[in-house]
Amino acid sequence: MPHISLPEGLPGISSGFAFRPETAKPMRELAHVLLHGPSTLTAGERELIATFVSSKNDCYFCQTSHGAAATAHLGNDSEVVEQVKHDFLQAKVSDKLKALLVIAGQVQEGGKNVSTESVEKARLQGATDLEIHDTVLIAAAFCMYNRYVDGLATWQPRDPAMYASMGEHLATHGYLTPSTRSVLEVAK
Amino acid sequence: MPHIQLPEGLHGIRGAMAFRPETAKPLNDLVEVLLREPNSLTQGERELIATYVSSENDCYYCQTIHGAIAAACLNDDEGLVQSVKFDFQNAEISAKLKALLVIAGQVQRGGKNVTAEAVARAREMGATDIEIHDTVLIAAAFCMYNRYVDGLRTTQPRDEAMYRERGKRVAREGYVSVSKEYLPVEAAR
Repeated sequence: MPHISLPEGLPGISSGFAFRPETAKPMRELAHVLLHGPSTLTAGERELIATFVSSKNDCYFCQTSHGAAATAHLGNDSEVVEQVKHDFLQAKVSDKLKALLVIAGQVQEGGKNVSTESVEKARLQGATDLEIHDTVLIAAAFCMYNRYVDGLATWQPRDPAMYASMGEHLATHGYLTPSTRSVLEVAK
Repeated sequence: MPHIQLPEGLHGIRGAMAFRPETAKPLNDLVEVLLREPNSLTQGERELIATYVSSENDCYYCQTIHGAIAAACLNDDEGLVQSVKFDFQNAEISAKLKALLVIAGQVQRGGKNVTAEAVARAREMGATDIEIHDTVLIAAAFCMYNRYVDGLRTTQPRDEAMYRERGKRVAREGYVSVSKEYLPVEAAR
């Protein structure tokens, strides 16, 4: 049960967003710019970073919805998402992304954990300043979103079809509009 | 030295924001809503929550600037800010704020650490759903800002007078308004 009276039938972060639209707006905008806007990192790569951090933070809703978005971006390859969550150094992703995931993992533990060595390794693999910046900020932002979703004890259904549909919406439209409809609405 | 090439002369989060104005805008909008828009929690109380979490995350820049903003909102009482950072249960703040700081501390460690007991206690002390929501989100957001500022290894001068002066300005004028001095016009709307 959520810690506060959140609107019924809306999973995860969408219930918090419906409860407090004034804070939802910049939170949506930040996710949209970071994960869906123009970048030299593909949207799939950026969603993998978000999924990885959410998995390290053990947030079910976030790792599953962003995992679904990543899957949708990557031609329905859910296997690579699982590989990244469990053992990214062996995953079928580029060496550059592996180096960025090391940085993301360090940020998840704490900002001061980001080492010069890991940044250098990322540069050696071709990462630019912008890509390193965005990796740090995606990881930091997901340390916020994960704490928000779990900190309010939002409803986090175990329904694969719901997340698959969210993932498709996010991959196509991004974050500015809701990717979920109220379960109550859908049932009508 | 920062991990990436940030614009010179801009310390802490400002250099990172000037480097990437597209993300600076929602970052500034979020902190403006959370810490300054009208709320049943005072601006000072909310800045104390932000300062406390930043201190728990050991982020020098964030705890110092937000501590300065908090002090500016609270009759320049820097002693109070220090007491909240180090021992909030014995600080001269309301029982409600102490209960909310317990929740903020739990969020800092991880979202799942927030207990029903801590929430019930905050309610007993008069906290509303919005106040609990905002406490959780302020704490969560500062877990982001602190990681961003330290994760890029931004420059964080040890110059208390500078933070004190800037704290007064931000307390008065707000985050979005002050950001106009280092962001391109369209990003600082």
